[in-house]
Parts: sequence; C-alpha cells; structure tokens
Amino acid sequence: MSAQSHGNGAYHMPIELISANHAAAKAATLAGRANRNARGFGGGVYPITPQTECIELLCRQEFDKGKIVRVESEHSAMAVCIGVSLSGARAFTASASNGLAYMAENVVAASYYRLPILMMAVNRTLGPPWNIWVDHGDTLMLRDTGWMQIYCENNQEVLDSVLLGYRLAEDPRVLLPVMICQDAFVLSHTMMLTDIPEQEQVDAFLPELDLPHRVAHQAVTLGGLDFPHETEVHRIQHHKATKNVPEVYRECQDAFEKAFGRRPPDRVVPYRMDDAEVVLVSMGTTTSTARKVVDAAREKGLAVGSLGVRMLRPFPEDLLRTWLQGKEKIGVLDRDLSPGVGGILWSELRGVVGGDRTVQNYVLGMGGGDVLPEHLQKVLDDLLARNCAGEPELMEVA
Amino acid sequence: MAEPLLNGMVQTPCDREEPVLRPGNTNCGGCGMSIGLNFLSRAIAQRPVQMVIPACCGIVTAGMYPYSNYGAPVIASTFASSAAVATGLAAVAQINGDETRVICWAGDGGTYDIGMATLSAAAERNEDILYVCYDNEIYGNTGGQRSSATPEGAYTSTTPGGKEDRKKDIIGIMAAHRVPYVATVSLAHPEDCLRKMRFALDQRGFRFLHILSPCPTGWKSEPAEGIELIRLAIQSGLYAVYEIFDGERFQINVESERSFQALERYFALQGRFRKSQVDLNSIQAGVEQTWKLLQLRAGMESIHE
Repeated sequence: MSAQSHGNGAYHMPIELISANHAAAKAATLAGRANRNARGFGGGVYPITPQTECIELLCRQEFDKGKIVRVESEHSAMAVCIGVSLSGARAFTASASNGLAYMAENVVAASYYRLPILMMAVNRTLGPPWNIWVDHGDTLMLRDTGWMQIYCENNQEVLDSVLLGYRLAEDPRVLLPVMICQDAFVLSHTMMLTDIPEQEQVDAFLPELDLPHRVAHQAVTLGGLDFPHETEVHRIQHHKATKNVPEVYRECQDAFEKAFGRRPPDRVVPYRMDDAEVVLVSMGTTTSTARKVVDAAREKGLAVGSLGVRMLRPFPEDLLRTWLQGKEKIGVLDRDLSPGVGGILWSELRGVVGGDRTVQNYVLGMGGGDVLPEHLQKVLDDLLARNCAGEPELMEVA
Repeated sequence: MAEPLLNGMVQTPCDREEPVLRPGNTNCGGCGMSIGLNFLSRAIAQRPVQMVIPACCGIVTAGMYPYSNYGAPVIASTFASSAAVATGLAAVAQINGDETRVICWAGDGGTYDIGMATLSAAAERNEDILYVCYDNEIYGNTGGQRSSATPEGAYTSTTPGGKEDRKKDIIGIMAAHRVPYVATVSLAHPEDCLRKMRFALDQRGFRFLHILSPCPTGWKSEPAEGIELIRLAIQSGLYAVYEIFDGERFQINVESERSFQALERYFALQGRFRKSQVDLNSIQAGVEQTWKLLQLRAGMESIHE
C-alpha cells in the first residue's frame, strides 16, 4: 500500500515543516510499513516529555501489519519491543531522561538478546530536581549497554538516522539495537523543513527483517543461564559485532544516498579540519554552534576546525585518531557531567589522543543552558591561551 | 482421534510428543512447579506454544546454555517483564495470523511483587496471553525470602520470627480486571487442573491461572507430602479452588469442609510454621470469612467433586 492512502486524504508532500519528534515518528512509520510483507511492525510506547509528540503521532498511524501497544511504563515499553523483535517484527519505541533510567534493565536485555530494536531518545536532564531541557547525561548513562548510539544535529538527520539505523541494526553482521538521540526542545519541538521520502523509496532501501534467532517453534531457551565461559564468548561476539559497524555504516550511507539522493553524515563529522591546529569536539546541536565559531575564527585567520561526534557507540576511535592526528589543542565540549570526573566525551577522548597534547574539557549547556556562539567563543579564547590542559572547566551559560 | 485416557491423566497419542519439561532437569524433589509443568504439557497437547519465563525457579529449570530442559520455545525475560514480553509476542502472532498460544510461567515474586504493574497492565489491555503463576509462597530461587504471597506465620530467611502480614489476594486483584478467565488450580485434583489448563489455552484474551505449588525446600516439608499438603490446604479452606468468568461469574470447583483438623495438620507438616506464633483459631476465622464472601459471589452454587 502506498504512503498516500494512509493519511487523512491529503497527498504526501515530499517536504514538510515538522518537529524532530514528528520526523522520528514518520520515519518509524515508513520503516514499519516497509516490513509489511515480512513479520510486520510493533512496539510499546509510553509518554514522557519531551518525546511524547513522537509516540502520539505514531499512535495515529495505520499499519497493514503492525501493532503499537500503549503500556504502563518505559520498562514495559522496551519489554514489548523485545517480544516484538524476538518474534521477527521490526520494533520501535521512544523515551527520554528518567524514562530511560527506568527502562535501563530492559535496555540491557534488548542488547544482550542481540535484537535490532530502534529507540528514539530525546536527550533530557535527569532528575530530581526535575528539568525537561537538554542534557546528554541520560543516554550517556546507557553508553555501555551494548547499543549503538547516534547523536543528531537537525530534524532531517533524525529522520534519516531512523531509516539508516534500521538497516544498520538489522544487518546480519551487526544485529545490535540502536538509539537515535536528539536534543530536547532544540530539536524535539523545533520545526524544520524536512524531506520525507515516499514509501516506495523506503521499501527499496530497507530490506525485510529476517532475524536469524527469531522465536518460532524450536525448543530453545533464549536468554537462559550461562556459565562464565559462555558469557565470555557472548560478550566477545557482541564486541566483534560492534567492530563490523564502521564498514556496514559506510555501506548504509552508500545505499541511502542511492535511494534518497542525499548522504547521511559520517560517524565523525569534520568541518574545516584539513589545516586546523585547534579543534573543538562536540556532540548533538552544540556542533552546529561550534561551526559558526569556527567560521568566525577562520575570518580572523585562526586555524580552527570542528569535529562532531555523531556516533558515540561504537566509539569512532579510528576516525577520531585520523582527524586529530597532529592537532595540538583540542577542546572537548560536554553537555553532561560525570561528577568528580568531568565530561564523558572528554574522558573517552583522552584515551584516544594521549601524549602531551592539550585536551581541555569544557562542560557547558547542562540542564538545557542555551549554548550560544559567544560561549563557544570564550571556550576558544581560553583554549588558544593555554599551553597545557587543566581541570575540566564547568561553565554556567544559563 | 480418541479421547485422552483417564480424563487426560495418562499419556496417549493425543498428547504432546515431547514433554514441556524434559527429563534430566535439576528441580528439587517434590517440586510443585514441576508437577504443574507436566500437567501443562498434557494440556497443551498439539497446540503451538511460546513460553515467557521471568527470573524464578522456572527459568533455572531451563538449565545451562546452550541446552534447554524445556521442550518448547522459551524466552527468559527480566524479572518484572514476562507479561510485557508476552504482549509483544502475542501482538506479532496476531498481526501474522499465527495460532501460537503465548504462555507466561512465573513464580509468586514475579507475579505478586515485582511483576505486578506489568501484569495488571497486560490484564487491563486484555492481551491474548495465558498467565500461569505457580505460587510457592516464597522467593525460592534466591534461597527463601518473604514475598507478598507468603502466608501469615511462615518463617522465611527475611521473616525470622514468622511473617506478620496476610497473603495478598491475587485472585481478587485479577478478577477486578474483569479478564475473561481467572482460576485457582489444584495439583491434587488432576482433572480440575487439566480441564482449567485446556479451557484457558483455548480462550482468547487474558487468562490467569494460579497454582498453589508445594516447595519442600522452602516449606521445610517432606518432598513426598506435597500433594497431601495441597489436599490439606483445600480441606482446611486455606486454598479455595474456584474459577471466575469475566470477573463476574464465580464458580467453586472443589467444596471444602473447612476442617480445623486439616488446618492443624497443614501447619504441623511444614517446618516453616514451626516457630510460628500464629493462632490457628484466628486463621480459621479468616478462612470462614473468605469462604462466606466466596459463596456469596458464587451465588451459593458450588459443584461438588
């Protein structure tokens, strides 16, 4: 069935002014319908600000072969996704902040069952005290659960990453769940012109899901008991699967470009890096702001560049090493804090860069503090004046 | 095809070729859950099933990867999630027109306690799931701690002086969801057990079966006396065997004489009540009250054995 016949009679416009929440819901719908000739689509959904609009829109969609279950908690939302995915259908849910914390046990389970579930996560401050604005601490809390994590910069990226995410997650060389992360309100509720593909294009891009360990009639116990050696083997297999991600991701980018005529960004997004001596590294929408500051610095003749870490898991160590080779001053911008340590991206990156180079951490924009070009200008001035790195700078921008 | 012999109690060609619980499992001798699984196997017969088992003795039963002591597909879910994982399986079965019966097999901890919200929500949505709670009135898998299914007076490792609170009325809770079928099952009455399991397997929507499941390890009782304990629980009135249709129509299946002698014997045969300070007269008063209410709900209509 074509996409046009599903709506309320209006024809499907290729470009719409929509929020990132709606971009994710529309992409999930397209991906769900693309599996209609296989086992279909499903998921458990539960509201939490600022993600709710996504699942509201999803609950208004019709599926030839799909079922969205309105559950009583995030913990059950992911449990339903686990059941759906184990049954061979494509699974989707969305959450944020404390919802992700409550869901955590089944987030781990989804990954250890090796299920290609896709979750749209809106990055929101963990409480208490309660704060609905952006902070990356929630999904970073789930950093080591064995999921892939992609952080987006704009609404188009959110839509495209959901589509690309399914193809990546469902590849037999990968079979890992994926979190598509986007900044609360900066993206979730902000409308942007977004190119929405036709169902036929998505059908051509997304192969039907064929889960090798789908539960049918075979008398096996999935997720039973392991002795230490079996767990070692399972973890090693899991780790090896993450090592396939760079290659499969590249293939997905190629296929995406062929199907939709635009190329999703690399796992690490370089900007004016070739001759840069000073680099700002960041995630999410902060990266867009960093580019503005890079442009301003370049006009003053300063050799500054930016790296956006789009994929945090698996950690793009290969690309970061390549791009940061020979760069003497690196400023790492974190919208998160591991109390007593500093920024999480910074602590990861220190292990990659090493040596005597200046890798300075700036924690800013926690709790939704609006990160403006002037703040990043201050960061850059500080970085340029440094001869060596010091303690992480915890900045107040709000 | 011929009817199963002796009302289904004897293995016949109509039965499942492979038992749900395979021989060679490491369950304790006298385990009520194992008996329940054997009945379930007969009841399932040729029906295609998928089972979801949360953390509990039932998942330890499966044994070590990659082997499985279950002769059916089993998903080991997280503790609180069996009814939600089963929801996902049932949803995909439905949209694909599969005949698969999705069964949750959970202990009292995963049902009365940690899984309560998940269970209640799945019942409220009337998911197409058969949920079986084998209730051994204890966290058996972790070595015998109190759950909200532990009866008043019972010693557990976390209630060294005996439990002071009364057992939660899970049947009342499930009936309040007005699901198509709720029943308590007697392991001491195979025909009752098999009839209810078969009936529940063939219904659509949410079905809940409760099995009082003797646990010699936790109850500090003789493995050989498990079925006798169930008989005593029924004769004393402690365990009422009844079924509820759509949360409205109550039917008592096994009449109880509410014998004080049976009550005394039930307590005396179990080490978990040895240090108990509980007054059997007050227990019996509570039993009488429960039965009065039950008989009112059943419209005084009861079917004798």
